[in-house]
Amino acid sequence: MRFNSIDDLLNYKKRLREGVKEDMPVITICMGTGCTAFGSEELMEEFQKEISRENLGSKIKLKMAGCHGFCERGPIVLILPEEIFYQQVSKANVQDIVKSVIEKGVVNQLLYLDVNLNKRLKYVMDIPFYNKQLRQVLKNNGRIDPESIDDYILNGGYQSLAKAIKDLSPEEIIEEVKKSGLRGRGGAGFPTGLKWELTRKQKNDKKYIICNADEGDPGAFMDRSILEGNPHSVLEGMIIAGLAIESDEGYIYVRAEYPLAVKRLNIAISDARKLGLVGEKILGSTFSFDIKIKEGAGAFVCGEETALIASIEGKRGMPRPRPPFPAQSGLWGKPTCINNVETFANIPLIILDGGGEYSKVGAEKSKGTKIFSLTGKVNNTGLVEVPIGTKLRDVIFEIGGGVDKGRTFKAVQTGGPSGGCIPGEYLDLPIDYETLAEVGSIMGSGGMIVLDDKTCMVELTHYFLSFTQNESCGKCTPCRIGTKRCLEILEKITMGEGEEKDLDDLLELAKIIKDTSLCGLGQTAPNPILSTIRYFKDEYETHIKDKKCPAGVCKALIKYYIDEAKCKGCTLCAKKCPVGAITGEVKKKHMISLDKCIKCGVCLETCKFNAVVVE
Amino acid sequence: MRINLKKLDNILKDRKIEKGSRRASSDLIPVLQEAQEAYGYLPSEVLKEVSLRLKVPLSQVYGVVTFYAQFYLEKRGRNIVRVCEGTACHVRGGKAVLESVKGLLKIKEGETTADYKFTLETVACLGACALSPVVMINKKYYGKMNKQSIQNTLKTY
Repeated sequence: MRFNSIDDLLNYKKRLREGVKEDMPVITICMGTGCTAFGSEELMEEFQKEISRENLGSKIKLKMAGCHGFCERGPIVLILPEEIFYQQVSKANVQDIVKSVIEKGVVNQLLYLDVNLNKRLKYVMDIPFYNKQLRQVLKNNGRIDPESIDDYILNGGYQSLAKAIKDLSPEEIIEEVKKSGLRGRGGAGFPTGLKWELTRKQKNDKKYIICNADEGDPGAFMDRSILEGNPHSVLEGMIIAGLAIESDEGYIYVRAEYPLAVKRLNIAISDARKLGLVGEKILGSTFSFDIKIKEGAGAFVCGEETALIASIEGKRGMPRPRPPFPAQSGLWGKPTCINNVETFANIPLIILDGGGEYSKVGAEKSKGTKIFSLTGKVNNTGLVEVPIGTKLRDVIFEIGGGVDKGRTFKAVQTGGPSGGCIPGEYLDLPIDYETLAEVGSIMGSGGMIVLDDKTCMVELTHYFLSFTQNESCGKCTPCRIGTKRCLEILEKITMGEGEEKDLDDLLELAKIIKDTSLCGLGQTAPNPILSTIRYFKDEYETHIKDKKCPAGVCKALIKYYIDEAKCKGCTLCAKKCPVGAITGEVKKKHMISLDKCIKCGVCLETCKFNAVVVE
Repeated sequence: MRINLKKLDNILKDRKIEKGSRRASSDLIPVLQEAQEAYGYLPSEVLKEVSLRLKVPLSQVYGVVTFYAQFYLEKRGRNIVRVCEGTACHVRGGKAVLESVKGLLKIKEGETTADYKFTLETVACLGACALSPVVMINKKYYGKMNKQSIQNTLKTY
C-alpha cells in the first residue's frame, strides 16, 4: 500500500493502534552493535525458542530494539510496558525472564546494581545513568524496532512530515528551525535554520541534501546509535529539509565501518519508499524526494564537508577552499545543505511541537540537548543526552558515576582528536560551544573521554597527533608536514630524547598549522598540543628534563621492579613472563632483569600481592 | 594467476551507469567496493577494466584506491582482524591487545600470515567505544578484550 494523502497515513496509524494489545507485555532485546557483540542475536533466538516451547506467542510479544547507549552492560533486555531493565543477560537467563514476565515478577540478579546506593534498581528511570539524562532524540531507542516502519509510525513517526507538508510553507519550516535555536551537531555548531535559509535562497534547478554520517571521531558513537536504533528519525528530518530548501534528492554518506547502520538505513529507505514517504508526490503533495546511500571507504577527512562531497563525486576525499560554501556550490556544483545525523534527528521534534517549545531546553546561545559519548576511565560508559549547558561535573560524576577503579580524575578530553583536555578546575563549566572553546577545547561531535591519574598527557597527545597525521589528506603543506614535525618532536619526548627547545617549537608549529591549514582537520589538529601544554606543562618538563614519565606509561622512561617487602615468591610472574626476565626461587624474593624486560605488563596483571611496581 | 572478470561484469551490469555523463565517476567508489567484496581485494586487471568501462583514467582510479584505507591492492587473509585504535580503546589498554595479536600471529599491522589465514589491520575507531578495547574479526565485534581473551578468540577461527 502507498500513502496518497495525509489521511492515508493517519488511518494507517489508527489501524496499527487498534491491533495493539495495550496490556500485553513486550520483551525488547537490544540489537545494536554493542549488544550483538555480546551475543544478543543468539539471545533473541533463545527467547523465540522458549516462547514457542511454552506456547506463549499470544501472551508475550518479542521485539528487537536498540541501541540504549549503555553498551558496556549489554546484552540489554527491557520489559515493557513496565520498563524493567535487565543487563548482562545471557541465554541461561531466558527461562527465568519469560517466567517472571508471566508471573509479573522480577529476576533480581539481572537488575543494575548501583554501587553507591548498594542496591539493585528495577526500573530504567531508577537508574541515575538514565534518570539524570534528558532523552529527547534517544527517547525511542531501545523501545521501537528499528527495522519496522510500522513501529515508528505507531510512535508518532512521520507526523512532523505530514504537518510540514499540510500546515507550513517552506519559509515557515525554516522559521521554526531558526526559532528552535538548533545548531549543527557535527561539531562546528553553525545555526541550522540559517544554513537552510542560505541554501533555500540560492536560485538553481537542482539542490541536494546530504546527511553526514561519517562519524569518524574515535570515541564517538552517538550517530551510530541513532542510525541503528531509530533510522527513520533521520530520514524524516532529511525529507523535511528537502521540502524547506526545495531539493528532490538526498544522500546519506555513512562510513564503511558501520555495516549494521548501512543495513538498517537500507531497510528503512526501502520501507519508506513502499509507503510513498520517500519518492514521488509524497503524501499526495507535489513534493518529491528520494534518498540514496553512499558508503565511505575509510578516510577520517571525509567527515569534512567538502571532502565528503568529493568522495560522493568519486574522487579522492580532499577538501577545497571556501568560499564558495556548499550552500552556494556543493555536490556537482549545485547548492547543497549538509547536516549531521543528530541534527536531522532533532528536526521532527522541532516541527512537531514548534521551535519555541524546543528552545525552552538548553543554554542561552545553544538550544536543545546534545548526545555525548562518555567513555574512558569512568564507571558508566555510554551515551549521555543532556540539555546543552549542563555542567561537566554532572555528566562525569552524577551520570557517569565518577572515575572507576578508585583512581582520581585528571582531565576530560572533549571533541575527539581535534579537541583539548580540560582539567579538574573547570569541572563546573557549563558545556556549550563557546565555553569549551574558551578553555581550549571544542564540542566536536560529542566525544567525552575521561582520563585518570594513570594517563600520560604527553603520550596521549602523541597518540592524537599520530591519528591526525595518518588521516591528513596531504593536500596542504601546513597540515601534511606540520603535523609530521609535531609528531616527531612528541615521539622524541616520549622516548626520553626531548630537548629544552621542544616546547617552544611545538607551540610555534601549532600556531602556524592552526592559522594556515586548508580545512578543519589541520586547523584543529594542534588543539591537543596547545591544551596539554597549557594545563600540563610540568608533565612535559618532567619528560624532557628528568627523563621520567610520572604516570608510568611511556615505555622508554619507566622501569618495572619487584617490591621485596611485598613479594611472596609464588613464582607466578616468572612463569607468565614472555621473555624470561624474572628470576627467583619458590618462597624467595623475585627479581626483574631490566635488560630483558619488555615492559609488557603481564607481571603487573598477574601479581596478586601488588608487589610489581612501575616507575 | 588469471583473474576472471565475470564477477566484475555482473557488478557493472547491475548498475545503471549513466554513460557519458560526468557523473560516471560517482559510481567509481561503490563499484570498487563491490568489486573488492567479490574478489577479496582489487587486482590490477580489475582496476584496468573498471577504468575502461567507467571511462575514468586509470591514474585517477589508482589515486582513489590508494587514498582510501578500505581498498587493498594485494590478496588478504581469509579472516580480517581489525584492532581498534580509537581513543577510548587506547585509554583502556587497546595497545596491549594489539601487541598481543602481533605476537600471536607473528605479523605487523597491514600484513597477512603466510598461510593466508589472518590479516591484521588497525582501525581508528569502530564506534563501539563503551566496549573498549574492541576487536573486529570479519563482521563480528568482540568487546572488553584483553591479552587472554583475544588469544582465546583467535583460536576459534
